Amino acid sequence: MIPERMVNGAVLAGLLVVPLWAMVANEPFTITLATRAVIFALAAVGLNIALGLGGLVSLGHAVFFGLGGYAMGILAHHAQTYTPLMEWPFLIEGTKSMPVIWLVAMVTSALAALVIGLLSLRTTGVYFIMITLAFGQMFYYFAISWAKYGGEDGLSIYVRNGFPGLNTLVPIQFYGLCFGILCLVLVLNAALARSPFGLALNASRQMPTRVETVGLDPMRLKLVAFVISGTITGLAGALFADLNRFVSPTMFSWQMSGEIMIFVILGGVARLFGPVVGAVVFVALEHFLGGLSDYWHIYLGLLLLLIVLFARGGIVGLLSGRERTHD
Amino acid sequence: MSTILIIEQVLNGLQFGVMLFLMAAGLTLIFGVMGLINLAHGSLYMIGAFAAAAVAGLTGSFLLALIAAMAAAAMAGVLIETVVIRRLYATDHLDQVLATFALILIFSEGTRWVFGSFPLFLDIPDALSGPVSLPGGIEYPFYRLVLIGVGLVVAIGLGLLINRTRIGIQIRAGENDREMIAALGVDISRLYTLVFALGAALAGLAGALVGAIQSVQVGMGEPVLILAFVVIVIGGIGSIKGAFIGALLVGLTDTLGGIFLPELFKLFTDAATATSAGSALASMAIYILMGAILIWRPTGLFGARA
Amino acid sequence: MTFKSLILAAGMAALAAGAQAEGIKVGMITTLSGGGAGLGIDVRDGFMLAVKQSGRSDIDVVIEDDQRKPDIAVQLADKMIQSEKVDVMTGIIWSNLAMAVVPATVAQGKFYLSPNAGPSALAGKGCHPNYFNVAWQNDNLHEAAGAYANTAGYKNSFILAPNYPAGQDALTGYKRMFEGELAGELFTKLGQTDYAAEIAQIRASGADSVFFFLPGGMGISFLKQYADSGVDIPVVGPAFSFDQGILQAVGDAAMGVVNTSQWNKDIDNPTNAAFVESFQAEYGRLPSLYASQGFDTANLLISALNVASPSDADAFRAALKAADFDSTRGDFAFGSNNHPVQDIYAREVIKEGDVFTNKIIGVALEDHADVYAAECNM
Repeated sequence: MIPERMVNGAVLAGLLVVPLWAMVANEPFTITLATRAVIFALAAVGLNIALGLGGLVSLGHAVFFGLGGYAMGILAHHAQTYTPLMEWPFLIEGTKSMPVIWLVAMVTSALAALVIGLLSLRTTGVYFIMITLAFGQMFYYFAISWAKYGGEDGLSIYVRNGFPGLNTLVPIQFYGLCFGILCLVLVLNAALARSPFGLALNASRQMPTRVETVGLDPMRLKLVAFVISGTITGLAGALFADLNRFVSPTMFSWQMSGEIMIFVILGGVARLFGPVVGAVVFVALEHFLGGLSDYWHIYLGLLLLLIVLFARGGIVGLLSGRERTHD
Repeated sequence: MSTILIIEQVLNGLQFGVMLFLMAAGLTLIFGVMGLINLAHGSLYMIGAFAAAAVAGLTGSFLLALIAAMAAAAMAGVLIETVVIRRLYATDHLDQVLATFALILIFSEGTRWVFGSFPLFLDIPDALSGPVSLPGGIEYPFYRLVLIGVGLVVAIGLGLLINRTRIGIQIRAGENDREMIAALGVDISRLYTLVFALGAALAGLAGALVGAIQSVQVGMGEPVLILAFVVIVIGGIGSIKGAFIGALLVGLTDTLGGIFLPELFKLFTDAATATSAGSALASMAIYILMGAILIWRPTGLFGARA
Repeated sequence: MTFKSLILAAGMAALAAGAQAEGIKVGMITTLSGGGAGLGIDVRDGFMLAVKQSGRSDIDVVIEDDQRKPDIAVQLADKMIQSEKVDVMTGIIWSNLAMAVVPATVAQGKFYLSPNAGPSALAGKGCHPNYFNVAWQNDNLHEAAGAYANTAGYKNSFILAPNYPAGQDALTGYKRMFEGELAGELFTKLGQTDYAAEIAQIRASGADSVFFFLPGGMGISFLKQYADSGVDIPVVGPAFSFDQGILQAVGDAAMGVVNTSQWNKDIDNPTNAAFVESFQAEYGRLPSLYASQGFDTANLLISALNVASPSDADAFRAALKAADFDSTRGDFAFGSNNHPVQDIYAREVIKEGDVFTNKIIGVALEDHADVYAAECNM
């Protein structure tokens, strides 16, 4: 067994070295793939806060991913067509600046998470899974019929949005930006898990009654966790839309929610680097198996099945033994 | 809008509802007894439809096709229960979600590998095709009336099975306390396999019956799966009665919403906006219904109170 | 220092490779897995058949599966351009995927030949000199259906399509040409499989004709249920619900239905006859209109390659625009916005032996171009 810390270190090193190698070897597509993996990892790290720390199995995180994406799409669309977003009661213009887009994406996602959380947290277990799914479907069907912003066709952005001091069109620079955000969020996540809030949240997942007797409100703890979780996934959505220079309702689909959840389970629930490993492995599998045959989904399915059956605790669990860092 | 049209639409909603019930009944039993989230239930529906299309193509008999559909889905169900699912009962829902998602991938692409990428042909038998006249001058497809009938018969049969038979008692006992019934000498793993096969056969039957009026193609199971989940959550997990009421609610809401919401919007706005906004809201209607019911009763209409 | 020499070596290798092969690299992104795979497979097979028949070994086609997901398609386009260094791209089936991929592709100086999707945005304001559509603009077949309805003497149509952009375009296209009244207009849910409610409304509407645009499995479901409902109002629609791949799944329910298409296997010209025969010999099935579009796309490309190389962009573009190839459709020319100007036929579903197929019964629109060309400045 390898200590979990070493596994984490190896993952970080890999995410640093591979894209740099790709830059030197002039393989920009490898960098694009790595960027995709890092952004998915960020979305999954967000979900892991609700899922791993809070025990909230949300099958509706595509809502936040999609909202982030549409925040980028709508703002950049208005900037690109030189039309104001809104003229009344006050003028709002579109923008091509990433920091502004990220802020809007995070605030929108946080508000949505607050409302969805308030309504959904009345339920538990499978009912919670299903009510979050229902919210996802509502957003999905809304986006499909929202003709103003492209409906099912989605919105295309011709040039990637800008970040002060960087040329985001260069793959490695955009990758660096995403990777930096992921690292920052991982640090915050680790701090959160060790903070009094994280400990109380963890306790309320395992023993809600005891948390209540010491005067804490488990419902409120879970709601805060859900909002933080949605905010991070929303940020990932904005980055994902920028990576593709495109946003469409598929970002809201239940398959998307399912994929984000699979990254977490595949890597290891409640482990700091679980979602990162899961996302990287999934993107790599998708890439390499896709070249094997038209029926590559069968192989992907078999591999996932083997992992569930024989690697409890995900890949990180398989590599580093059984105990979880956050428990 | 005439009364005849409204009655016809209600019949359509009922027919949609009872077909959803066939899917939801298996799902809710499997969930209630084994505590398992089975995302691959939609694949069993698809297997039923493909088996029916293949057998109907070979023999020309719709009855044989239905039997084949149930047998094929039940066999697939027993296979995945004994090879994969059995190992997941003790784990949490997350592992079940991942494993059964993996099964969807395998079944979907496997079916495409065997049957090709084009939809298959399965038609209504001549004896059941065409419209019949109902009292009041309503012309209604006979086959859809048959579907409503089959759905009701299965619902009554299941109700009797659960409430009146020895197996039913064991199933209900299994939902409440599985250690106890194992201690009483019931072969719990055989019971599980049986329940799973029953649920799978119902899904296969639904796939074949619906496949005759829809398109038999890869991926046909997933939209129905989502709706079936909505149904069992509205009805309360583990409750056959809840699944039945939930299925009718969803069927009626979806069908009538698509008709009446655009009409309702026309009262406030011009026709084109009303049509598109009404349709948009109609496609969200069942999810809004489900959200509202769960906020009102967090364990569904007939679920066990927490 | 080592890094620099590595880059230098890589660059030299690339140059050497470029000098060695005079041919071109084509990137094909299409749908080969999942529910919509039938269309992508037909386009691919038609395209590869033409490449094979040309006998040119210097055309290297890289084929990738987009799974019908826009984000995968964008990622594959990046791969084609960044690492495969393709000269020309093609293959996309769905309009929403085309909208995600095409603008960025042509903005990077690559050529894109569309074998299927023709969204209005790319035909009007978003047109581009490097984008050529070899199939149709999305509205075309629906407009033809409207024109056919006029000649058939229909006065009162009930029209329906899914509630998404291509569906809204379809109804707009039909209404643009149809001169009668509308008995009703409905948007259905995308992916809907049960049309009992819609059919009941059609029955109650008093229409004398029905126009529907429901591609793929949706159309199969609608036609089967419509035939069983006993409603006998005549139906017209675009070819997408009547192509060779899905007709067998609809069966008798489609018999006699009139649909509009720019291609059919009985269009009388030597190219088409040879295409239908060789496609059947190669793949053991009848070609669909998607296969014909793939075949025409490859032949257009080959005709341009005979004149110029993609590295000489201006000459290559002019060669494409000339459209100097033998199309399976007979006459074929590009309009000012690089979209086809072509005849669109009315076809009827018939049965030949055990196989359902289509027969041309007339020309719905002659030398038809699209209305968006006027908005295109290039």
